[in-house]
Amino acid sequence: MTAQQTYDEPAGPDGSGGALPQTRGRSSTRLGDRVFRGFSLGAGLALLAIIVAIAVFLIYRAVPALQANTSGFLSSTDWDPNNPEPSFGIVALAFGTVLAAALALLMAFPVAMGVALFISHFAPRRFATPLGYVVDLLAAVPSVVYGLWGIFFLNDRIKDTSAFLHDHLGFVPLFASEGIYGRSILLASVVLAIMILPIIASLSREVFLQVPAANQEAALALGATRWEMIRIAVLPFGRPGVIGATMLALGRALGETIAVALVLSPAFLVSIKILQPAQGNTIAANIALAFGEANPIGRGALIASGLVLFTITLVVNMIARAVIYRRKDFIGGTL
Amino acid sequence: MKLTRSGSYAGLVLASALSLTACGSDDNGTVSTDPAAAGSCVSGSITAAGSSAQKNAIDEWIKAYQSRCTGATVNYQPVGSGAGIQQFIAGTVDFAGSDSALKDEERTAADARCKTGKAIDLPMVTGPVAVAYNLPGVEGLVLDAPAIAKIFSGKITTWDDAALQALNPKTDLPSTKIQAFHRSDESGTTDNEQKYLTAAAPTDWTFGKGKKFAAPGGQSAKGSDGVTQAVKSTEGAVTYTELSFAENAALGVAKLATGAAEPVELTTESAAKAVEAATVEGSGNDLALKLDYATKAEGAYPLILVTYEIVCEKGTPSDKLALVKDFLSYTASEDGQKILSDLGYAPLPDSIRTKVATAVEALA
Repeated sequence: MTAQQTYDEPAGPDGSGGALPQTRGRSSTRLGDRVFRGFSLGAGLALLAIIVAIAVFLIYRAVPALQANTSGFLSSTDWDPNNPEPSFGIVALAFGTVLAAALALLMAFPVAMGVALFISHFAPRRFATPLGYVVDLLAAVPSVVYGLWGIFFLNDRIKDTSAFLHDHLGFVPLFASEGIYGRSILLASVVLAIMILPIIASLSREVFLQVPAANQEAALALGATRWEMIRIAVLPFGRPGVIGATMLALGRALGETIAVALVLSPAFLVSIKILQPAQGNTIAANIALAFGEANPIGRGALIASGLVLFTITLVVNMIARAVIYRRKDFIGGTL
Repeated sequence: MKLTRSGSYAGLVLASALSLTACGSDDNGTVSTDPAAAGSCVSGSITAAGSSAQKNAIDEWIKAYQSRCTGATVNYQPVGSGAGIQQFIAGTVDFAGSDSALKDEERTAADARCKTGKAIDLPMVTGPVAVAYNLPGVEGLVLDAPAIAKIFSGKITTWDDAALQALNPKTDLPSTKIQAFHRSDESGTTDNEQKYLTAAAPTDWTFGKGKKFAAPGGQSAKGSDGVTQAVKSTEGAVTYTELSFAENAALGVAKLATGAAEPVELTTESAAKAVEAATVEGSGNDLALKLDYATKAEGAYPLILVTYEIVCEKGTPSDKLALVKDFLSYTASEDGQKILSDLGYAPLPDSIRTKVATAVEALA
């Protein structure tokens, strides 16, 4: 049903051109249209089919392990699926995944906005273009490189920062520690932040560049300073695009595997001590670390955790969609 | 312009046709044996997958074997023991490398894969696991199993702890905080370390065995290279890792007080001595070993890792059999085992090696 609608929708404005509906199908000039429509319909359906196939596969492979589980999958923090009496739960993993991704977003978002606005509205063109290239380049660095950099370079530096945070802000539960730093959720989320920064910055920059000049000039004509102009004309116009970019970035942060596996000293705990090693783990990193030596039940358990990650990502995306659609009227025809 | 382009197309077609023919002629003689000649070569290609702990050994063997037998190709993918066994069961590899012998629940499926025969475990690569530490100025540290158990479970937290000082009366140990690193990925090294602690320090190590590190607390890193690097960069850190990694990183390697007259230093010889103390637990040609982790034999270093090749006793596809057999009989030969010493592995003691060689000979 939904698919039928997507098929029909583009036909609406297209067919509104008077005599077109009658000639459709007979005229050879319409062949291209029909082929293209068929192709895009096929692509759309294929995408849906792939998503469904992934979900079905994950569920199918997870069920035997979930049935063998001796503790609650949704309530346990344990992870011991290779045991003859498998016992595993997703709580610690899901918590760590969301915590690391949220921290990464918190760090990356403001910087990315600054970078995007600088390139689109502040930098002289001479700087803006090369800077844009550099940001795009950052997005192309493979995650394993970020992981290696994180563990060999950043880890030693972040120990000092962590000690500083603990010494001065130790009363904040987030910065509690027993005196050992590094290989922590903080390190993982800083690496993640750097990885997702270019995604947000690059896409947001494109959106900001689309803001109609008329809107911006109108704002300036009303006496707005440049910051006020950005606040009243650029940011509202760009919001859906920025949210979309952020969700894409969050998706990467939630699902990042090898960089986290390399830098994090994992543990199956629900803890917000982000400065200390062995306080958390993420779903994707755990799959990378445990898959090679897993037995069939262990493998099923890892796939079940993948299903949870899949669900988390879907939910996050749906929330983002909802936010965008709620603001649809305000932003007019930009969607 | 157009002419040149079509000319180059023609060249391309010709070239690819030629290379296709070349491939075709290669495929014709997939396996050809000449049993008459001693040290004969088999050509063809086989694939194996499994344990990453024996990767360096297998790589070295492949290099040596292929340089002698240019027509043979052996692929080994270090995907992990569990995944290797799965691939063996699925029939996508000709043999699997594993850090532990087949378990009962795996055995049924593995036997089924070998249609006419059963799957057997052949011990092939043994390596000592070093307790490696980073303590500037402290050399020849002595530890015993209970001390190691307490260190890795967080009960001993500083290097000048009385229990450690008692083991090292002549050394002035610093008050540095101990940072114990374990493997964050699941690994056969962890499995053997925990088996050792369970056997040799039953009262202090109550966390059990398995490929996942079981004790609470401590820090971790991914892979032998990861823990080694972590220890290298952290003063006061300690980990367990394969000897070659500890040596390459120039870390201190602890001697083990096993109850023998002298603390045992880790060398390939002392590790081989501990393998010698092992007994064969499998039946027939299945040579699954039972290690004596609590051995007090003079000069035997009991913290060792034995890895197996899992192969069909009968029922390897006939086009692969000759090469599997020839390659494994090379790895089980005296020459094959000898080249392992330089890589930080311990050669199989002759008593076991000859049994493995006989079992390989009987593969059909």
